[in-house]
Amino acid sequence: MDLEKDVQLEMYWMMLLARRLDERAWVLHRQGKIAFHISGIGQEAAQVGAAFALKRGHDWITPYYRDLALMLSVGYSPRQFMLSLMGKREEPNSGGRQMPSHWSLRSVNAVSHSAPVATQNPHAAGIGLAIKLRREDKVVLTTVGEGSTSQGEWYEAVNWTAIHQLPVIFLVENNRYAISVPQEKQMAVPSAADKACGLGLRGIAVDGTDVFAVHQAVSEAVAIARAGQGPSLIEARMYRITPHSSDDDDRTYRSREEVEEHKKNDPLTVASRILTEKGLLDEKKQAELEAQARQIVDEAVQYAEQASYPAVEEAAYPVYAEEVRRG
Amino acid sequence: MPTKVIMPQLGESVVEGTVTRWLKQEGEQVDEFEALLEINTDKVDSEIPSPAKGTLLKILAPEGQTVQAGTVIAWIGQPGEQLPAAAAEPLKAAPAEHAPAAELPPESSEGIAAGRDRDLGFISPVVARLAKEHRVDLAQVKGSGAGGRITKKDVLAFVEKQGKPAPAREAAAWETPGMGELFRPSEEVFQQPAAPPPLAAPRAAIEPLKSGLHPLNSMRKAIAERMVASVQSAPHVTTVMEADLKRVIAHREKNLAAYEREGVKLTFTAYFAAAAVGALRAFPLVNSSWSEQGILIHPQINLGIAVSLGEDGLIVPVIRGADNLSLIGLARAVNDLAERARARRLLPDEVRDGTFTITNHGTGGSLFATPIINQPQCAILGVGIIQKRPVVVEEDAIAVRPMVYLSLTFDHRILDGASADGFLGRIVSLLENWQD
Amino acid sequence: MAEITLVEAIRQAMDEELARDDSVFIVGEDVGVRGGVFRATVGLYEKYGGERVIDSPLAELSIVGVGIGAALYGMRPICEIQFADFIYPAFNQIVSEAAKMCYRSNGEWTVPMVIRAPYGGGIGGGLYHSQSVEGFFAHVPGLKVVVPSNPYDAKGLLKSAVRDPNPVIYLEPKKGYRLIRGEVPEGDFSVPIGPARVSRPGSDLSVYAYGMMHHYALQAASKVAEEGIDVEVVDLRTLYPVDKATVLASVRKTGKALIVHEDNLTGGYGGEIAAIIAEEAFTDLDAPVRRLCGPDVPAVPFSHPLQDWFMPNPEKIAAAIRDLAAY
Repeated sequence: MDLEKDVQLEMYWMMLLARRLDERAWVLHRQGKIAFHISGIGQEAAQVGAAFALKRGHDWITPYYRDLALMLSVGYSPRQFMLSLMGKREEPNSGGRQMPSHWSLRSVNAVSHSAPVATQNPHAAGIGLAIKLRREDKVVLTTVGEGSTSQGEWYEAVNWTAIHQLPVIFLVENNRYAISVPQEKQMAVPSAADKACGLGLRGIAVDGTDVFAVHQAVSEAVAIARAGQGPSLIEARMYRITPHSSDDDDRTYRSREEVEEHKKNDPLTVASRILTEKGLLDEKKQAELEAQARQIVDEAVQYAEQASYPAVEEAAYPVYAEEVRRG
Repeated sequence: MPTKVIMPQLGESVVEGTVTRWLKQEGEQVDEFEALLEINTDKVDSEIPSPAKGTLLKILAPEGQTVQAGTVIAWIGQPGEQLPAAAAEPLKAAPAEHAPAAELPPESSEGIAAGRDRDLGFISPVVARLAKEHRVDLAQVKGSGAGGRITKKDVLAFVEKQGKPAPAREAAAWETPGMGELFRPSEEVFQQPAAPPPLAAPRAAIEPLKSGLHPLNSMRKAIAERMVASVQSAPHVTTVMEADLKRVIAHREKNLAAYEREGVKLTFTAYFAAAAVGALRAFPLVNSSWSEQGILIHPQINLGIAVSLGEDGLIVPVIRGADNLSLIGLARAVNDLAERARARRLLPDEVRDGTFTITNHGTGGSLFATPIINQPQCAILGVGIIQKRPVVVEEDAIAVRPMVYLSLTFDHRILDGASADGFLGRIVSLLENWQD
Repeated sequence: MAEITLVEAIRQAMDEELARDDSVFIVGEDVGVRGGVFRATVGLYEKYGGERVIDSPLAELSIVGVGIGAALYGMRPICEIQFADFIYPAFNQIVSEAAKMCYRSNGEWTVPMVIRAPYGGGIGGGLYHSQSVEGFFAHVPGLKVVVPSNPYDAKGLLKSAVRDPNPVIYLEPKKGYRLIRGEVPEGDFSVPIGPARVSRPGSDLSVYAYGMMHHYALQAASKVAEEGIDVEVVDLRTLYPVDKATVLASVRKTGKALIVHEDNLTGGYGGEIAAIIAEEAFTDLDAPVRRLCGPDVPAVPFSHPLQDWFMPNPEKIAAAIRDLAAY
């Protein structure tokens, strides 16, 4: 199945935009303008490929903190990302309550998540259960890093969806490291997808640096889920090119050579090569996209810098649903 | 304008960083985002990208120096550009301001404190309070508790037998309708003579002004300039309505104690502020500024509250984001700003960026007034004295009601009479139909 | 009006709520075919089917986690934890997810759900079938914690809990399931979450209790009444948010306070009541605030003499009342 030319270019654009926003976040942090950033660089292909396999805004997602490209693809805006980095009132995740990249966007069915990992997976199972009970045709995509597949929460969630054949897709973004701990200290199987066979669902490993390969794999899983034939576990394999977060120095646990080697498979480069070979992208188009991204990122930063912080009194609510103030 | 380069906070727990190497020297050109220096912190070593394009004018933190996160470590700008006066100095922590330890007046010691009394045995908190309220000499009371302790029941029985009068009602609320005591804290109202607030600037004793020319102080000058500028730039129109505060007063009486427990003095000003915020929400055009390019409608409501400083003039502290505050939040903000305004302890930011102002000229007994707009705002609400007045109510009956005149002076370039009346009418309706 | 047991009142409330609102469903271990190990859901599986009364895998965290997901989707789950002693695997989902969801998403997401758990000792259950867990949850903003002491409140509070837009921890004094009987109107009524209740007015001292201990406190009050001590008993009913006004009004009247719970003394809920009284009614006190609580051993021991040593009972409460009355 070959996607429409426009769609392929749009997917590349989302990856590029996510990358440039992410890079700017690092710059802003090093300039002392923001307090924290957790990066998704190197994981854009898996996120964009998965997002484009969904009916975006119709299906549900319970994401995790590296999913900038996924969130942009379902409708999160660059301005919203910058607002969240700066803890401004307008940011849609939490109105300045959560750290940056703890996503939530109700309007596109992207559910709020916390920092302890894999806690969002049982929620995905519960949403899948509700969809099944209501006999609707939606599916749920839930994402984690490979480290989170060690958590009881992840196992229990997968188990539930397999027992009840729920319309849930578990996407494991295997970037090889959980902060400093490599995959071999995290699991005894070569791929997180291998865990599927013990839990009774489909398990698939896919090249997470190839946006089109991920799109293909997730599309199949979505079709199965929508047809009421149950969940899938997909591992997308890639490499975390940046340190864990702005608080981390990865030189203390891995060599520069290792990182440089993996940069050769940068998903952005891979996608650009594929599209150039297909004749969909050339230097001129590339330069246009870059200029456009730069302009959007600059504008988003400027907007966020001028935006207001939350009023101090807002810190006191809404603890309970009765205290929610709309508008 | 030159741009600061600051030591970033590279991590939640990191408080300082060390400059390991400057990649540019003073006088060199640098591009925005180009690597400028390397730093080392407890958690991360990193290159720091330049925050601006220009010339590295001044390095304040040499290689090897460790500074607090947030410290200015260099300046970037145009060659020859003047740096701010204090820019060459590294930031120092300002010494904390301490009030001189005021001598406390000796506490009047009527009654007996809770605790152990040598003659009477243990006095429980409630027994101590009851004894004071009923002016009971505890030595006269026979104890029936453990070890002869005087219990609460013993005191109450004693009081009943003596037929003592019930304790006096607590002192009246700190602010009395009709008295115009809108901002004064209860201590000042009820204590006499009023002690000056501990941190207030020294004030000249009040004496009749002598004839002759009195030089202008800076506040008087500023007020004069701004008032003249305002009337010259904006065509002022004033509209007046009156409001029945029956429900507001009932609500306030009901909630005074609960607010007090939260440490908040519930003033009428808070109600006027809340009503103004409600009306501004409904009429965003009033929360605006005139400019030749167009009418700028402000995204949030910053409510100015005029506070009189007596002879010294007037200041207008601003409640920022008043649209996010509930009644208690507004009351707290009003208390806090008014108190600090009188103590001359407002921060510069707290008197800026107002989008609408309320002035309580009723404190001086004024019925209604035509205040001058605080530029660049669109309008100002004047609140007169709260007075009991006979009014005609339903079915042509005459009732005594706590009434107030409200005036709205507005910029006729922005508002027409009808919309101004709509806005003021909304304030009146919010006050008259005050909801719990 | 029919006189029914506490557990029957709970069953009735669930039956009526399942019938009233098709977004309500029950999930937990053995709640379906078996009708619950305490028979609280008996007959509901037959009446509403396996999609509304769901037998879960033996995994508490996902009973709650899946419930949260379904609630986010708009369902109204009633999650049953078989014994409160087994709730700890779900602690993360309750405290970090359900309780914080509304606040952390600035009100975008709310979690309308009930977590039912039988709690308390005196039933020969030993360390792991006797625990009281209210102290852990009555510390957490975002949760509501209720403990009914009689069939009327049990039915009315459970209905309020199901209809509440927030997560409600509903703790059932299981020793009283069949011991405590009372008149309960048939059909729909509710008891609001929040207000405590003065269940016996008196003038000499106030006893604050909830659940089984409230039942015992009433027995003790009757006993000492014969000796001329006039006790006021307050059934706290809702532990969080606490009804300060009722707590304070009672002690302002009597001047003396005794708090009774079977949870461990140190850091227990009684400390909070004592603190409220000390802070806000100090000058009304005619005696030190007293607590009669479970001793500071890890949990209720199994052997009968040991269990009796642990548990507060009407005799122990009466002794504490006499002691305080004589102060």
